[in-house]
Amino acid sequence: MTRIRFQQSLEELKEQLLVMAGLAEQAIQRAIEAYRVRDLSICDLVSRSELAINRLERDIDQAALDLLAMEQPMAIDLRFILAVIKINADLERVGDAAKAISERVRSMDQMAVADLPVDIPRMASMAAEMVRKCLQSFIEADAPMARSILAMDDAVDAMNKAAYKALTKVMEEQSHLAPQALNALMICRSLERVADHATNIAEDVIFWVQGADVRHHKSLTGKRDPDAGLKVEPAPQA
Amino acid sequence: MGEDKLATEHKMRAQMRTLADGAATGLAVLSTLLVVAPLVAIFIYLIYKGASSLSWAFFTDVPKPVGEAGGGMANAIAGSGILLGIGSLIGIPIGISGGIFLAEYGRGTKLANAVRFTADVLNGVPSIVMGIAVYSLVVVPQGHFSAFSGGVALGIMMIPTVCRTTEEMLLMVPNAVREAALALGVPNWRSVLAITVKTASPGIITGCMLAFARVAGETAPLIFTAFGNVGWSSNLNEPIAALPLQIYVYAISPYDEWHRLAWAGALVLIVLIVLAVSLVRYVTSRGVLKGAS
Amino acid sequence: MGVGIEVVNLNAWYGTNHTLQDINLNIPANHATALIGPSGCGKSTFVRCLNRMHETNPIARVTGTVRFGDLDIYEDAKPVEIRRRVGMVFQRPNPFPTMSIYDNVAAGLKLNGYNHRLALDEIVEKSLKNSALWDEVKDDLKKKSGASLSGGQQQRLCIARALAVDPEVLLMDEPASALDPVSTSKIEDLIFQLKSQYTIVIVTHNMQQAARVAENTGFFLNGRMVEFDSTHKIFTNPSDKRTEDYITGRFG
Repeated sequence: MTRIRFQQSLEELKEQLLVMAGLAEQAIQRAIEAYRVRDLSICDLVSRSELAINRLERDIDQAALDLLAMEQPMAIDLRFILAVIKINADLERVGDAAKAISERVRSMDQMAVADLPVDIPRMASMAAEMVRKCLQSFIEADAPMARSILAMDDAVDAMNKAAYKALTKVMEEQSHLAPQALNALMICRSLERVADHATNIAEDVIFWVQGADVRHHKSLTGKRDPDAGLKVEPAPQA
Repeated sequence: MGEDKLATEHKMRAQMRTLADGAATGLAVLSTLLVVAPLVAIFIYLIYKGASSLSWAFFTDVPKPVGEAGGGMANAIAGSGILLGIGSLIGIPIGISGGIFLAEYGRGTKLANAVRFTADVLNGVPSIVMGIAVYSLVVVPQGHFSAFSGGVALGIMMIPTVCRTTEEMLLMVPNAVREAALALGVPNWRSVLAITVKTASPGIITGCMLAFARVAGETAPLIFTAFGNVGWSSNLNEPIAALPLQIYVYAISPYDEWHRLAWAGALVLIVLIVLAVSLVRYVTSRGVLKGAS
Repeated sequence: MGVGIEVVNLNAWYGTNHTLQDINLNIPANHATALIGPSGCGKSTFVRCLNRMHETNPIARVTGTVRFGDLDIYEDAKPVEIRRRVGMVFQRPNPFPTMSIYDNVAAGLKLNGYNHRLALDEIVEKSLKNSALWDEVKDDLKKKSGASLSGGQQQRLCIARALAVDPEVLLMDEPASALDPVSTSKIEDLIFQLKSQYTIVIVTHNMQQAARVAENTGFFLNGRMVEFDSTHKIFTNPSDKRTEDYITGRFG
């Protein structure tokens, strides 16, 4: 096997990304826990990890740029590095979303507890599961696992739409609960964003492993095409 | 302390190297002088012995009978020219063709090996034996000595040198040049002539000159073929005088007058060869027969 | 204009060495096709089969079919005829050392008997312009010998020489491997411009070069053609693992 140093560099890049992924996953899980138990100290932890995540984002982008410039990667190596750069950005956004949720939890601490017609815990656990799964698919380079996440995004989108409807209704009809409803709405939005980022990461894993671009492939019926991006163009004719 | 010792050691070694370098250069120069010295010595000696006998008459008169003073070697000089001309006409085309065959068409074949072997053997045949051979093959059937047979003898002697040099020069043409021509759709024969031979032509011409210079001084083969002539020959089927032959005849004679003429003749022979070679060199470098430098 | 090349079941031997095995390939007209592969994989041999130059080696043998359009180049034509339709540029520039720049470019025509002075002048100028060498040599056409130019210029001279006979196919065997990066770039730009007029086949060790100039790429390994596809596909997502291992540098 040749290009040992290059292979090692790729491994190191993967390790770096996994460290960042761990931080992002931990941040989102902590944010959801903070919401569940209304514990402000956990919010502090989330805010602090944000700094580490941002620094890692810069480091990973730099490392990826160096590899592109110095090693002329091809095929799967090129796709891998490209995927790393994109996943890097999505993970940073997940960190941002986690921070946004913890900010909401902080402000909700000042308010009375309200019983709202939204199942945030369920939405949260689904979003967290998507994050866990997409990172797992990256670690194991498992494209089918990544594909399964694409369908979960539809469910989270539906939940977010339902929450929007229900919470706007609450804000109209029970205006004294408007602050809580607004906060809840923003938390739902953040969770929906987390799900989107997890979906992006899954699409990037599929691109890396299979060379297929499955982004934006919703057919006219609104359903995702499971074989999208895998159609092969015919070889050139004389 | 140790560093000083190391430094002096280095210095000593450097000095030794310079000495060795100088010694080698000196040896090379000495060897060159040793090689050139005989040639220079011969030249000087010839000039010393022969220059005094040179006169206009030498170049215009034919030999006078014994006892009479004067006379020249005009017919011998002209005769050598004619013999070398015939010899070149025979030896050079055959030799070059043979070289082309060996390098371009027959590379590696058994026939080529046989041809090469034959050329080498021919090269080693003593010149007197060559003369006898041509005597049996040409003079006897014809019934007389002739310039033609002399030319044949010289020509055959030129063939091996021309052939082997041509082959070697052609082999030195890089294959890339041949391929370039073939890839253009040029037929092989044309590529060989217009490209390969042309590229090798300076070397081939050198080979021809080497052969020419070698046979210009040959005496033995002419004894039984050209035979010599005290006067002018009127056609190629008559015996003809030749400078080396004339020198030989005069040199072994008991007459002082002829000895003097022999020295003069030897000087003239060497000068003419040098002139001929230089002329060809000049003509080639001027681009009349253009080749790669 | 270029012609498409169809290769069917091509096998080649040098003596007992089975250098090419069952090559099947369609090289599209007016495109550049790159052939990559490790040393000794047969790509140079393959290219030499396309203009029957491998036949210059007495122990070479070929079976199978190669067609230029409708013409079977082995059954229906002589090697000399085919080579006049195909230009070839070699790895090391090989201008004719005894000829001037002008004569070098005109060699393919003059050596084949074409001698119309004015027409030759035009052709030489056009070819040198097409190979991006005209401006550098236009004042020295007959004064300078072909061998007195720099390496990059010599290679462009060889390209001009190949173009002067107006071939339909241009074969290039690692044309830039002996050149510096600037000369290499000039030659790549040239290939890019030329490919709309000729069918170009370029053998290269340099994968980035293949990626830069060729629409299609074939990967050769041990005398077989492992994969042939658009260059984009080969370099971003090849179908065969062997191709991927080669281009990512995991072997070879």
